[in-house]
Amino acid sequence: MTGYLRPATLADAVAAHAAHPDWMVLAGGTDLMVNANHRSAPPGIVDLCGCAELRGIVRDADTIRIAAGTTWLDIIGHEWVVAQVPILAAAAGEIGALQIQARGTIGGNIVTSSPVGDSLPVLLALDATLELASPRGRRDVPYRSFTTGYRTTVLAADELIAAITIPVPAAGTRLAWRKVGTRAAQSISKVMAAAAIHVEHGLISWARFGLGAVAERPIRAAAAEAAATGRPPDADTGRAVAVALADEIRPITDVRSAADYRLEVAQSLLMRFVINAGKLP
Amino acid sequence: MQTSSGGSVGRSIARVDGVAKVTGAARYLDDLDLSGVQHGITVRSTIAHGTFDGLDLDPAFDWTQVTVVTADTIGWGQGFAAGGFGANYIAMLDTDQPALVPSGGRIKHVDEPLALIAAPTRALALSARAHARPRQTALPAVLTVDDALRADIKLYQDDNVFKRFLIRKGHSDDDELEIAMAGAARIIEGRYETGAQEQMYIEPQAMAAWPEPGVMRIAGSMQCPYYVHKAMKVVLGCDADQVAVTQTVTGGGFGGKEEYPSMLAAHCVMLAAAIGGPVKMVYDRDEDIAATTKRHPARVHHRLGLRSDGSIAAIDVDVIMDGGAYLTLSPVVLSRGVLHAAGPYRCDVVRVRGRAVATNHPPHGAFRGFGAPQTTFAYERQIDKAARARGEAPWVYRDRHALRAGDTTATGQLLAASVGTDEIIAVIRDAAGPAPARDGTNRHGAPVKRGRGYAFYFHGAGFTGSGEQRLAGRATVLTRAGGRFEVLASSADMGQGSITIFTQIAADALGVPPTHVRVPDPATDAVPDSGPTVASRTCMVVGGLVERAARTLRARIEAWAAAAGVPGDLVAQAAAMIKAGTEAGAAGAAAQAAAEIDPHHGAIAETVQYEPPPGIHWDDTTYTGQAYPCYGWAGCLVDVEVDLDTREVALTRCVHAVDVGKAINPVIVQGQIEGGTVQALGWALLENIVYKDGKVANANMTNCIVPTFADVPDLETIIVECPYPFGPSGAKGVGEIPMDGPAAAVANALEDALGVGFDRLPVLPEDIARALRGGGS
Repeated sequence: MTGYLRPATLADAVAAHAAHPDWMVLAGGTDLMVNANHRSAPPGIVDLCGCAELRGIVRDADTIRIAAGTTWLDIIGHEWVVAQVPILAAAAGEIGALQIQARGTIGGNIVTSSPVGDSLPVLLALDATLELASPRGRRDVPYRSFTTGYRTTVLAADELIAAITIPVPAAGTRLAWRKVGTRAAQSISKVMAAAAIHVEHGLISWARFGLGAVAERPIRAAAAEAAATGRPPDADTGRAVAVALADEIRPITDVRSAADYRLEVAQSLLMRFVINAGKLP
Repeated sequence: MQTSSGGSVGRSIARVDGVAKVTGAARYLDDLDLSGVQHGITVRSTIAHGTFDGLDLDPAFDWTQVTVVTADTIGWGQGFAAGGFGANYIAMLDTDQPALVPSGGRIKHVDEPLALIAAPTRALALSARAHARPRQTALPAVLTVDDALRADIKLYQDDNVFKRFLIRKGHSDDDELEIAMAGAARIIEGRYETGAQEQMYIEPQAMAAWPEPGVMRIAGSMQCPYYVHKAMKVVLGCDADQVAVTQTVTGGGFGGKEEYPSMLAAHCVMLAAAIGGPVKMVYDRDEDIAATTKRHPARVHHRLGLRSDGSIAAIDVDVIMDGGAYLTLSPVVLSRGVLHAAGPYRCDVVRVRGRAVATNHPPHGAFRGFGAPQTTFAYERQIDKAARARGEAPWVYRDRHALRAGDTTATGQLLAASVGTDEIIAVIRDAAGPAPARDGTNRHGAPVKRGRGYAFYFHGAGFTGSGEQRLAGRATVLTRAGGRFEVLASSADMGQGSITIFTQIAADALGVPPTHVRVPDPATDAVPDSGPTVASRTCMVVGGLVERAARTLRARIEAWAAAAGVPGDLVAQAAAMIKAGTEAGAAGAAAQAAAEIDPHHGAIAETVQYEPPPGIHWDDTTYTGQAYPCYGWAGCLVDVEVDLDTREVALTRCVHAVDVGKAINPVIVQGQIEGGTVQALGWALLENIVYKDGKVANANMTNCIVPTFADVPDLETIIVECPYPFGPSGAKGVGEIPMDGPAAAVANALEDALGVGFDRLPVLPEDIARALRGGGS
């Protein structure tokens, strides 16, 4: 490795990345450094950690905007996140340990786009939008359209993620999240599920289910969402959701878990989310 | 003679190495500044079985920058004095494991060492390795114990059996055993399987070697400096004084640094000799997990014949362990496994059979418990099933049938003193409290099932049978000018606290404060061979030697001081004695002092050798008699909560009571119990080495799961002290016994919670899901 750039502004970061598309973009490094011993060194690094514009959380009436270089630690303790979208704070709180949370960033998690990325099912359930920046300008991409396959995304070679915008959930929205890992902490997920379930007049008016570690990328469970819509948040609806889910996901068996277990647990989690949504005031 | 008030034994004095470790001042092998050191790395096989057809070096790489060693570049048989080497095997119990597979030789497991590379930087060494390509021809591999026993493919002699044992008690042949079993009112029968387990010491394997005129020096992370010394005498083809081995500060061992360091040392000396300068090898974590030893996977078939009153009429156990590709320590691990297999329960008719077999897995080896955890899991599941079948409370059933003083074990050993059964039973019963409610809901709103499980077990302290006599361990206590005392022993402190308890034992025996005692790092050219740091023997056996040497030394100094009329405390008397002894032209008391000075150490030194307690009898051919000098006893209670949404098991409580004879340092003993418990709980629920085509498929810390603090239950340790008359202040062993029983307690708790039995470890959520679907565990 010979090159190293540490841009101080987003504009400089975009320029540096566009000028050196083959350099590694470092946004914390907690994913990238894990494999540093197992692959050849990149020709250079564009280090985003010195870019103040890429860090911080702002809010308007309808959205919370999280700059892409914001660390998990910043997110875990942020009062708006905790108050409005607590499932994001909860997911962030189970990522690694304190040292990882202090370095790892939400934008890094999104670009790595691992099927087991801890924040990704939550972003699906919250219907987040990504703001992408390149020398060609800015564009907004809904997160649900961002991933295309195993660790692949629509991010162009000259683009960076600038920010993540999360709509403040409407009144009556129940949020839920659960990670099932290989142990109680500091683990890679076997199954993750996040949900935003909107209940009005005793019926589910809409639901968004985000799942991780059950497909080659984080996914929305559209059929399960449809099975919940228009029905009361109870055990019967939960069972219908589970049945629908079985038809739309095909988890795999790997060194961490088994296909049948992953399906069964994903079903149980969504069923529990639906039932719990009915218990809340 | 003035003594320090009250002594230090029984008090939790601060660890003597604690400050250095906490502040980072402690220097581990990789921290040492070895001038001009080169970095060694290993070229390894990628097939489980086959032949090594030679090493191809990519001509595109500049090989002049590095040193490459293969078995074919070594002058085997020439001997160290002639600038060559000795023999290409790692001396342990057999000669079957090569240090490097020679070209044309047989590869017996994945990640077997084929060649070595050293370079001035680790990066260059890694780059060179990427350009070194071993040619290999694969053969069909033996990857299960059933395939090993079929012996269609022969890996070790004609039957692939490294070692067999047969223990018979109360019957003379198999027919008599079956008659006893047939007379039972009920037979509990089960087949139990336990998986490999990685030691996951914090400091990976690390070693260095450098040649000095006439001697090869070795330093590294290890448990047994004299094992490395013995192995290097063979590899180098040299005399005992031509190789010196020093244990550096060691970041954990758990058995994983018992035999494998000899392999690293062999590789370091080959490279160091080729270069003529220092070489170090520090494994990275993935290599360490993939290539070094793990706990033996085991399969135990167990039959328990019960009389109508619940007493045990007959026990029949068959143990099979997967030894991996080479014999290494498998016979000894199996020995401890079979000797514990019948459990601490009264029974007059016992048969235990054991086999350790060869497969194409990397060799399995020493790990805390050393074969006993595998068989303990089986018998404590069996005992639990017996109680359940009879509708008896599990702890009451154990109380009724556990061994007491006056009973005999499976080998016919009459238990006399230091049997902690009654105390263990009582303290667990008193601590238990009400069992958790069966049904409930957790913080996720998920329904849960709760249960409670118990286990009761024993663990022999020290070497098996006549092992300690054969070993004849020695320890020295000495004092030099300046009035400080030193303990010289080859026991390695790898974090378990041995140098602190040696300090306490010696200080009390000498009657001086612990601050007057020092325990230097073990080095084979400076300390006597006290035996290896294994088998829960360090405190009981080596601590006993330290106590005796210190007492003898004190008596000598006091006798001289009395004769010479020297007043004061032992420190002053020792100083006067050394001064008198080193004065020229001495006469009278001074001459007597001079005669007592050890010229080797320039000090007053007392070395003692192990002497067996009276009345020890052991027959190695029939496996009868006193298998161990004494036993530790333990009981464990575990409460579990199973999340029915995710099948995850939360351990909500664990009470672990261990009879250690005497806690020399209670905080250190508590640490040993807590650490062993967590390792056992991890083995029960999390730790799952996945072999794929003979290779460890999860050789990284991301996927090779061990517990974190978040997985540890509310853990209560209870120290029970039933003194062993021949241990220092009554102390027995503590290192291994906490590993033996908690896994069975967890499985028993799961059966209590779910009504389904789990007989294979680890019990993963996936296994629970399968069992609850009706697919069995």
